[in-house]
Amino acid sequence: MNIAPHFPILQIIVPLLAAPLAAMSLLFGQVRMRHLAWGVTTLSLAIAFFISLALFVQVQSGGTISYALGDWQAPIGIVYIVDSASSFILPLICGIALVATLFAPRLLKDEISLHDQPIFYTLWLLTIAGMLGQVITGDAFNIFVFLEITSLSAYALIALGVGRDRRALPAAFNYLILGTLGATFYVIGIGLLYMLTGTLNLDDLATRLPALADNNAAAAALAFISIGLFLKMALFPLHFWLVPAYGYAPSIVSVLLAATATKVSVYVLIRFLFGVFGVEFDGIATLGSVIILLGVLGALVGTLAAIFERDIKRLLAQSSIAQLGYMAIGIGLMSHAGLTAAFIHLFNHALMKGALFIGLGALGLGLLGTKKARLTLDNIRGAGRAAPITMAGILIGGLALIGVPLTAGFISKLYLIRATIDADLWATTALIALSSVLALVYVWKIVEAAWLQPPTTEIVIGQEKIYHWLPVWIFVAATIGFGIYATPLIEAAQAAASLFVENK
Amino acid sequence: MMSDMGQVFGHWNVYLVIFLMMLGFYTLIARGNMVKKMVGLNVFQTSVFILYISMGKIDNSTAPILTDNPLAIYANPLPHVLILTAIVVGVATTALGYALIIRIYENFGTIEDHELVDFMEDEENTL
Repeated sequence: MNIAPHFPILQIIVPLLAAPLAAMSLLFGQVRMRHLAWGVTTLSLAIAFFISLALFVQVQSGGTISYALGDWQAPIGIVYIVDSASSFILPLICGIALVATLFAPRLLKDEISLHDQPIFYTLWLLTIAGMLGQVITGDAFNIFVFLEITSLSAYALIALGVGRDRRALPAAFNYLILGTLGATFYVIGIGLLYMLTGTLNLDDLATRLPALADNNAAAAALAFISIGLFLKMALFPLHFWLVPAYGYAPSIVSVLLAATATKVSVYVLIRFLFGVFGVEFDGIATLGSVIILLGVLGALVGTLAAIFERDIKRLLAQSSIAQLGYMAIGIGLMSHAGLTAAFIHLFNHALMKGALFIGLGALGLGLLGTKKARLTLDNIRGAGRAAPITMAGILIGGLALIGVPLTAGFISKLYLIRATIDADLWATTALIALSSVLALVYVWKIVEAAWLQPPTTEIVIGQEKIYHWLPVWIFVAATIGFGIYATPLIEAAQAAASLFVENK
Repeated sequence: MMSDMGQVFGHWNVYLVIFLMMLGFYTLIARGNMVKKMVGLNVFQTSVFILYISMGKIDNSTAPILTDNPLAIYANPLPHVLILTAIVVGVATTALGYALIIRIYENFGTIEDHELVDFMEDEENTL
């Protein structure tokens, strides 16, 4: 039997069905079960990664794939759409999840109790399946369902950080309140659209909405959907849930969420603004200007807040706010160049933040003398000597955040700045440059603490093992690789952007 | 004049939804007690359920079960089905929210927002 035509659904089904299997390993006793759960997770994500790459290749050669679930054709049934945009995001999510999972047992050992580990893997797979679903589905309500699958399991994953720091619990609760608020706003918007058009299929909506360009309810739907997604993607000033959530989550969870979760919401926003409402829609240009303004403010506020953080995970979370601001600027430009820049940065930022957060997790694995509950600028002193290879990886990740040439971050900044210049937004260009320069300050604070300041405790040299530095360097290698040889990434991003905005 | 009144009162379900929505939203934002926040969230979500359920109603319509009468008007079942899903999601959210509140109470001894903020800041300063 040829299963290749069913890849779009298998992309979701494999991790989704592996989730209860991982939970069932609880039946097999304390010690064996976590290996079993980990095995199931790794295997399913490896399959998902393979499928996502196969889909990418298929789309490159054969164009958009439309998969009707249960053979119910659109617009009646739900269809999964794999096009140049979704096939660009799927391998990113699967790849990051797979690399993180490979090193999960080490990172989990000190942070999550043995008994909770199978549950951890279940939630982990549900989060990933939900994110993949949001990207691949062509149905507006289906997006909501996958959004909630992702969010609910992410709240629980963050709360698992309680083993290390009890503040993970209020962080998860606040995220739950704001996340649910965002999702409900989204549902209100979808409800209004359904009342107006009688359809939930994204392509069908796109064909029916132009006739409603001056309809107030359609404008209200656009507002509700945008605000809901701004909340989920942590666009300034709706970002307050993000810093505690990423800061207190278990380190492996921070890797996945920081690298992929907000990106998926960015993608859904792009899909709605360009793929459903379209750049011609009344009022969308105004919304674009608002998004640029919020993006610029987010870039500055996030960077400044990062400079004043002492806890390194919180520092990186603040920097994520700034980086999401850059993506928002790219979206708000409403041009082909801007959208290309947003897609490129979405991809590159996932790699950089993956490297940085997994590096911090590795540092916590006995490299800094006594076990530390948290990594602050004070207790990473001497890390440059104790863990030179890991810290070098973290440094390159930091340089990529600033946008230093030869890293992927440079390509992002280059395209973003070019896009703002094309749009004659000189103030925006200047502020992007300013916030990039300010990013140097917080990266320098890490460098200073790790290499230049005397260690506060005895540093043991030579404890660094392959499992410390390898995960960091996988991400760093990708960051450098896409920084030097960026052509395939740029082409894929341009193809994704062409789907939504005409290339002039 | 009559048609204007119809415009206003014909949408009474929408006014109910907006009232409930604002009630829930206000409770969610203004209350510091986490249980009350959850109640606000539930009222807010329920208002959206009613929005969907009422949009499926068509004047003089019957339940969407096939009858022999060719002139029968059926209510639109699709929004109802959608909201069935949303209710399940809402139940899961509520359960998770209360589970977190229980854990927060066990760990901090309070479920008041401002007291928790004090705890969080104290711990931040003892780095």
